[in-house]
Formats: sequence, C-alpha cells, structure tokens
Amino acid sequence: MPAAPRTGARRPGMWTIRGPLSRRQYWLFAALGLLVPLGLWWGTSSLAGVDKVFLPGPADVFNRLVAWYTEDDLMSDVWISIYRVTMGFVISAAIALPLALLIGTFRPVQALLEPLTDFIRYMPAVAFIPLVMLWVGIDESSKIAIIFIGTFFQMVLMMAEDVRRVPLAQIEAAQTMGADRGETVKLVIFQAAKPALLDTLRVTMGWAWTYLVVAELVAANSGLGYSILKAQRFLQTDKIFVGIILIGLIGLVMDQLFRLAHRKAFPWLYLR
Amino acid sequence: MRIKISIQHVGKVFGEGRQPVEALKDVSLDIADNAFVTFVGASGCGKSTLLRIIGGLEYHTSGEVLVDGAPIMGPGADRAMVFQHYSLYPWLSVMENIKFSRRLRHGRENLREADVEAASGRADALLALMGLSAAANAWPNQLSGGMQQRVAIARALMGRPQVLLMDEPFGALDAQTREVMHDLILHVHRLEKPTLAFVTHDVEEAIYLGQRVVLMAPRPGRIDTIYEVPLPAEREQDMKHTPEFLALKREILARIRETSGMKADQDMLDQLNLQKAEAAS
Ligand SMILES: Nc1ncnc2c1ncn2[C@@H]1O[C@H](COP(=O)(O)OP(=O)(O)O)[C@@H](O)[C@H]1O
Ligand SMILES: [Mg+2]
Repeated sequence: MPAAPRTGARRPGMWTIRGPLSRRQYWLFAALGLLVPLGLWWGTSSLAGVDKVFLPGPADVFNRLVAWYTEDDLMSDVWISIYRVTMGFVISAAIALPLALLIGTFRPVQALLEPLTDFIRYMPAVAFIPLVMLWVGIDESSKIAIIFIGTFFQMVLMMAEDVRRVPLAQIEAAQTMGADRGETVKLVIFQAAKPALLDTLRVTMGWAWTYLVVAELVAANSGLGYSILKAQRFLQTDKIFVGIILIGLIGLVMDQLFRLAHRKAFPWLYLR
Repeated sequence: MRIKISIQHVGKVFGEGRQPVEALKDVSLDIADNAFVTFVGASGCGKSTLLRIIGGLEYHTSGEVLVDGAPIMGPGADRAMVFQHYSLYPWLSVMENIKFSRRLRHGRENLREADVEAASGRADALLALMGLSAAANAWPNQLSGGMQQRVAIARALMGRPQVLLMDEPFGALDAQTREVMHDLILHVHRLEKPTLAFVTHDVEEAIYLGQRVVLMAPRPGRIDTIYEVPLPAEREQDMKHTPEFLALKREILARIRETSGMKADQDMLDQLNLQKAEAAS
C-alpha cells in the first residue's frame, strides 16, 4: 500500500483542546449521553431482586404514563401546572423588569433595593407557605404566589446586572448626540440589555419549574407537583418517575422555545 | 481667530475621601474655532479626563471650561464624541446607527418634510463620504474595526456638531487601516469644519493630524508643552519622512519619556525596594 502523501498540517482531532466536532459526531455523542443512562437504568431495574417500588424500570414508567393519560386525565394536571408556573413567572417578570432597569441605571435605587433583595432571596420559598396561606388564602393565587416568591428576587438581581453590563460608551455616545435621560434609558440601555434580559428570563423560567412541587404543597388537588407528592404517599414510585420526567421535558421544551425566540429577536448575534 | 473652547485653570480630583487622585491640575488652553488639536502623553496623564470634561461626561472640580464663552452644562449635541470602541448600537443597521440622533426629541424639533429629506440626504452623503454606501444595511458586527469606526464618525457628524471629540478612535486599528483613517479624518475636518480635539498615544498620529500637539504629563495630570506643527495645512503621507516631522517626533518622544511613566515607575520600584529592606531589617 502506498504511503499517504505527507501534507504538513492536518485537521486537528476532536480531542485537541477546544478542538472541532462535526455535526454528525455531535449528535453521536449527544445520543450516547442520553442512551447510556437509560441503558444503565434499564439494566439496574431488571436485575433480579430489585423491587419495583424501589426502582421501576423504563417499561413500568411508560405504562404508568399511558395509564395516567388514559384513565387519570394527565393533560389537566399538565395544563394546570403550566398555568401556575407561567402566571408566577410572568407576574414576576413584569415587576422585575422595570425595577431592574431602575436599579441598574440609578445608584440611589440600587442602594435602596439591592441589599434588601439580596437578603430576601436567601429566604427559603418553602418557609413562606404558612404566610402565603394566611395572606393569600389557599386558592390558585397561593400557588402562583409561591412560584413568584421563588423566582422574583433572583430575577431582579440578575436583570439589574444585565442592565449594568450595557457598555458605558453606548450610553455616553447617545448623551453626546443630545439624548435626555428618558431617551437614553428607553433607546439605548433597554435596547442594549434586551438579549441578556431574555436569556435571564430563560434561566429563571427553569427555576420557576423547580418551585412547582413546593407550590403544589399548598392545598392543591391537581398538577404534576401535587401528583408526585400524592404518589409518594401511595408508594407509586413509577408515577413519581413520570412526574419528574414530564417536568423535565416541559422545562426543556420551554428552554428551547426561549432559545428560538432569542435567535429570531436578535439575529445580529447569530451571524455565523 | 475666534476661541471656541476655553479651558481655564481646570483641575479634577477623582475619589472623595480616602485616596483622591489628582487627574488634572491647573490646565489652561484655548482652542480656536475650526482648529485641529491633538493630545499626547503617557497613559494616566489625564487626556481622556480632559476630553470627557469638554464633552460634559465628567465634571471638573476647579476652574472653568467655556464653549463659545458659556460654561458647559453636561453633554450636548453640539459636542459629539467618538470612542475607541463599543459605542455602536449592535441592534441597529449601519444606516440606523448614523441616523440615531433623528430618533431623539432634540433631533425632531421643527421637523418639517424638508428637514426629514435633508437629514436623509445628509445620512446618505456621510455614508458615501465614509465609503460605507455598500454597508448601509449591514449590522455593525459584520464590519471590520476600521469600518465600525467610520460608522461611529459618521454618526457623530450627523447632528452637525461644532466640536468633535475623539478619544483614541484608531487605537484598536492596525497600522494600514489607521493611515487610511488619518486621511479620511483630515478630509472630514476640511469639509465639515468642526473644532477637533483628538487624543492619541501615537506621536506620529498626533503630529500628522494636529495643527497643534498638546503634550500632557502625569501625576498630577497637566499640560507640559504645546508644539506648533511646522507642516503645511494640507497633509500628505510623505510628510512623515521630512526632517521637520522626524525632528518634532523625536523631540516629543524624548519629552514624553522624561515626563512620564518610566521615571515614576522607577520611583515606585525604588520605594518598594526600600520598604522591603526596612521590613527585612
Ligand atoms: N472614574 C475614575 N475614577 C477614579 N480615577 C480615575 C477615573 N478615571 C480616571 N482616573 C484616574 O485619573 C488619571 C487620568 O486618567 P485618564 O484621563 O484616563 O488618563 P489617560 O487617558 O491620559 O490615559 C489616572 O490616574 C486614572 O487612574
Ligand atoms: Mg485615555
């Protein structure tokens, strides 16, 4: 066999530091990363002597999913949970956005609100449940309130940071073109911060979902989080699995929707 | 010659309390209308601070700065500023960036049909002047650094500022691009006739562009020497090799070395060594 011609430089391999990865290789590794844990799960659960209550297998979980869908009105649980998370999240975002613009723009507002917010965000959302029941009651708004408490304070701080990261040169250029304070905030600071703000919304949306189970601790009788809690009481481990996986999947879909919106809204960031 | 900007005994101290930094001390300078003045000096000698004070982006702590005889009150459209980078709006196209001032209340005063047309014509003219016509609809981050600075200059010129302040506008560009930009900015100065204050750390750039070169010295920031540039008003690249040019360049470089950093750094090293010796003993 003739030796391959020697051509000094070669395409670096995928294991070079920050090396390249083709699309096909990417999907190969991604599939591997999903299938290996699934295989391990399946393997472990089908070992002799592993109790189904302790670790149900993929098939058990799938059957439970089908049963829940056909007999137990899964979709109404899904929708009510999506509704609660979305409401808590939207209310939180609607209040956090203007506050963050003020905190990130005006130092007195920062001094007034940031230490307070920093303090409150370390308080555990679960611990607010009794207070929420006392003040808000036990209807829908109480679950929304818990999700709000879980996300709002973190969201304000992160958004304020996004606003503060707007390059000073962009702000000052506007000022030397004659922009007044309001115009600078509206036409420069807000516009410049938008991509980062949407990214913060995406991240905090994920966190809002993690508060769902906590929120549905409050006198709920429907929802994915509630179903998980109830399944625990009846030792329906397979149902707990279904609930957790569904919450994960919904979160993943929402995350991807946010990413898509980001690409559509800010095309200049995705030119390559 | 009419004085456009009058800087009188200006001082600037940063930081209240513990560690005040005297960025400028007793700086006085008159800049004539339509002049092109360049500022050089070691880093930290207060060039940017002085320019920002004229632009109204920073306030001085003593003395007075007058533009057309009136004290400055914050930034304004009569004094446009071009920064080294990151000042373009990445969400707007090149054309929209240049027309940005038209979105402002201030730019929309007495907005008649004729004004809108005139503004649109001016934006096109500036685009052509900067050689950017083909890039009108591109986003800034699709352009090279040199092109981005052209957009920034066109945008600053859009509102017909009487004063143009430039803080190391070509500092991030490569040498070839910078030469092209030099001739471009000289052309702009001839055409638009703004009063131009230009900060740079490149002595050659300062001499080639400026009618006067103001050399500043650090700690505290002050004006050390003002050089009249002995070159004809119309500059050409070849002039950079004339004896007068080279002599002035050598003189300024030597003076910067004398007044600046090197010596202060040496002082600081000496002091550190002294402290170390004391600690050891
Ligand atoms: N915002 C600021 N706060 C405190 N000190 C500053 C600030 N801006 C500049 N200085 C100090 O003022 C001095 C002059 O800075 P500057 O005008 O940026 O110098 P140059 O542009 O000539 O390099 C430096 O010692 C710098 O550290
Ligand atoms: Mg500077």
